[in-house]
Amino acid sequence: MEKATKDHAALAEAFNQDEEHVNWHDGALWWIRQKRDIAAKNIPEWEQLRETASRIKSNVLSNLHDYLLEFEANLTKNGVTVHWAADAEEHNRIVYSILKAKEITQMIKSKSMLTEECHLNEYLIERGIDVINSDLGEYIQQLDNEPPSHIVLPCIHKRKEEIGEIFHEHLGTEKGVSDPTTLTRFARWHLRDAFISRRAALTGVNFAVAETGEYVVCTNEGNADMGAHLSDIQIASMGIEKIIPKKEHLGVFLRLLARSATGQPITIYSSHFKKPRPGQEMHLVLVDLGRSRQLGRPDFRDSLKCIKCGACMNTCPVYRKSGGLSYHNTISGPIGAILAPNLDMKRHADLPFASTLCGSCSNVCPVKINIHDQLYQWRQVIVQEGYAANTKVLGMKAMAWTLSSPGSYSTIGRAGRWVLNNIPFAVNNKFNPWYKQREMPDGPKESFGEWYAKNQGDNGSEKV
Amino acid sequence: MTVGLFIPCYVNQFYPQAAIATLQLLQKLGVEVVYPPRQTCCGQPMANSGFEHLTQDCNRLFLENFSEFDYIVAPSASCVLHVKQHLHAPTNPALAERTRSRVYELVEFLTDVLKVENLAARFPHKVGIHQSCHGLRGLYLAQMSELNASPFSKPVQLLNMVDGLELVDLDRPDECCGFGGTFCVAEEAVSVKMGKDRVTDHVKNGAEYITSVDLSCLMHLEGILHRNKSAIKAVHIAEILNATV
Ligand code: SF4
Repeated sequence: MEKATKDHAALAEAFNQDEEHVNWHDGALWWIRQKRDIAAKNIPEWEQLRETASRIKSNVLSNLHDYLLEFEANLTKNGVTVHWAADAEEHNRIVYSILKAKEITQMIKSKSMLTEECHLNEYLIERGIDVINSDLGEYIQQLDNEPPSHIVLPCIHKRKEEIGEIFHEHLGTEKGVSDPTTLTRFARWHLRDAFISRRAALTGVNFAVAETGEYVVCTNEGNADMGAHLSDIQIASMGIEKIIPKKEHLGVFLRLLARSATGQPITIYSSHFKKPRPGQEMHLVLVDLGRSRQLGRPDFRDSLKCIKCGACMNTCPVYRKSGGLSYHNTISGPIGAILAPNLDMKRHADLPFASTLCGSCSNVCPVKINIHDQLYQWRQVIVQEGYAANTKVLGMKAMAWTLSSPGSYSTIGRAGRWVLNNIPFAVNNKFNPWYKQREMPDGPKESFGEWYAKNQGDNGSEKV
Repeated sequence: MTVGLFIPCYVNQFYPQAAIATLQLLQKLGVEVVYPPRQTCCGQPMANSGFEHLTQDCNRLFLENFSEFDYIVAPSASCVLHVKQHLHAPTNPALAERTRSRVYELVEFLTDVLKVENLAARFPHKVGIHQSCHGLRGLYLAQMSELNASPFSKPVQLLNMVDGLELVDLDRPDECCGFGGTFCVAEEAVSVKMGKDRVTDHVKNGAEYITSVDLSCLMHLEGILHRNKSAIKAVHIAEILNATV
C-alpha cells in the first residue's frame, strides 16, 4: 500500500468537497445504526449479553497462552496443520509456501481483514499467484484497486452508479447499468467460475474454539463455504485474539455479532470448520502482528476484545462524515484509531485525534471496549512519545503556564483577553480555521468576573 | 450549604449571561453562592489534546479555589466531567478525591442535590435540546440512545417545569455536534459538517431555540447559525430555567 501523505483531517476535508455524497454516506450508515438499535432493543438481556461477552474476552486475554496451545493441540488432533506467524511477512510467506508446494497459482479468498492488514494479495500477486476476493464488497474494492473502507461493508463509500461504472470498465457490463440485482448476478456469474476452478481457498476466522479446535466463519453470502468446500487446500488465517474458550460461548457471540453489525438476528451462514474432507488439506495460520505487544499495554489491551462487527464505525459521526479511507489504515473508524498506533505510532499519530470523544462507540460495542477512553489515553502517549507537532507542544506549554497563574495577569480582564488570544478554538482572528464557516461569539461588554466584582460582594450578597 | 461557582474560562469571557443566570437561579433557590475570582481554566483543552501532564498547575489552582466548598457547581458538563475524571493532587490524593466528588454540573445539581420540583420560570418557545456528549455519556444526564435501558432525562425533567415551553423531538436525539475541543479547528471540515447537520435537525423539527448544558457545543452551533443568518438562537439551559418573561 502506498504511504499516506495526508493526515485524517486533510483526507476528510477532501471527502467533504462533495457534501451531497457525504449526506448519502452518513445516511446509509446511520440507517444501519438504527437497524442495530432495533435489534439490540428486541432482546431484553442485551446489556447482559454485552457484559458476558466482555468478560469472556477478559478471560481469553488473561489466559491467551494456554488457550492457544489448547486450540493448537485440538486442531492437530483433528488433522489440521497449524502455523505460527509473528508478523505479516511471515504470514504471507507461509501461505505462499503452502500454495507453492502444491504448484497452485490461483486462490480464492473470502473476507479477512487480517490478510488485508498483511497485504497478502499484493504479496501473492507479485509472486505469480492470482488471488480473487469472493466477498462481493471486497471483490468490488479489488476491481477498483482500493482497500476496503469499512470492515463489514468494504465498499459502503461507493454508490451503486460508481459500482456500475467499475463493472462496465472491468467486467464489460453495459454502460449505465447500476441496478444492484443485475450487478450482483453478473458478479456471481464471474465468481462462480473462480469458485469452480480454484484449488485453494483462504478464509478468515470469526471465532476459534479452544476446547474443540473448530473455527467459525460468519458470512451473508456463503462465499467462504463455497470456496472452502470446493478446494483441495483450505487455509484459514486468524489473529491470535480470535480465540474463545468453549463452544457454548458461541451462543453469546453469534447473537451479538450480526445484531451489532447490520441489525440481523444472525449472519446467514455461521459455518463451523473442524476437519479436512478425505483428500483435502487444511491449514490454519495463527498471526501475532502486534497483538502481543498490544496485550502488554495495560491501557489498550482491551482493544483486542474486538469481534470486528463495525458498529463503532456506523455510529461514529466522524467516520460517517469522513469516510473509512480517510483513516489511511486497514482498520478504520474508532477501533482502527486505537489499534493503529500500536502498529506504527508515528504514522498513525493523527488517528486518536480524529474524534470528538463523544463516546457513542463504546456504547454500541458488543464487547464493551472503552474505545473513547483509549482514544484519550493514546493522545497522552503520542504526545509523550514526541509525535505531536512541535508547534502544538510550545503552544500548550504557554497555555498551561498562563491558565494556571492568575497572578501573572493582574486583572480578570487581561485573563479574558488571554483566553481570547490563546484557546485554540477561541482565537479571535480571521485566519483561525474556526472562522472559515463559523462566526466568533459576540464579545460581551464585560466578562462574568467583571460583572460579579461590580454587582455582588465578596460574600456573594447582592449589591444591586 | 455553600456552593462554589465554577465558571469555565470561555464562559466567563464569551457567555457572561449564562453565568449570571446560573448564579441568579441558584440564589433564587435559596443557595448561598460564592464565586472565587482567582479561577481560570480547568485544563481540559490541554488534557484532551494529549497534554494532561501539563495540567498539574491547573489542578493545584482548582483545589486552592474550590476544595473548601460543600458543592462546586458549573454550567458546563464537559468541564465538570474533566474535573471529575482528571483532578489529581499527588501530595494530597484524599483532598482531590473529596473535591472531585463534590463537583456538579448545574442540571444534575438541581435534580439530584436540590431535588427541585418546580420552578417559577416562563419561556414560551419551541426548544430543541442538544445533548452534550460529555453531559450525556460522561455524566449520565439522560439515557443514551445506544443502550437497551429505561429512558430518563434530567434536562427534560427541568424544562418540563418551565411555563409555556414546548420541546421538539429530533430525528437524532443524541448525536454529537462536532465541537470536540481542539477538534473544532484541527478537523475543521468534519467539525463544521457535524454542526451543520445538528442545526438542520433542529430547523427541520421546528425549534426556535437550541439549548444545551454545554456552552462549548452551543458556541459552535451558534457560530454556524450566525454565519448562515439563521433566526434560530442558541441559549444555555440556565438562561431558560432562570427566564421569567
Ligand atoms: S470495537 Fe467493538 S464496536 Fe468496534 S468493531 Fe470491534 S467489536 Fe465492533
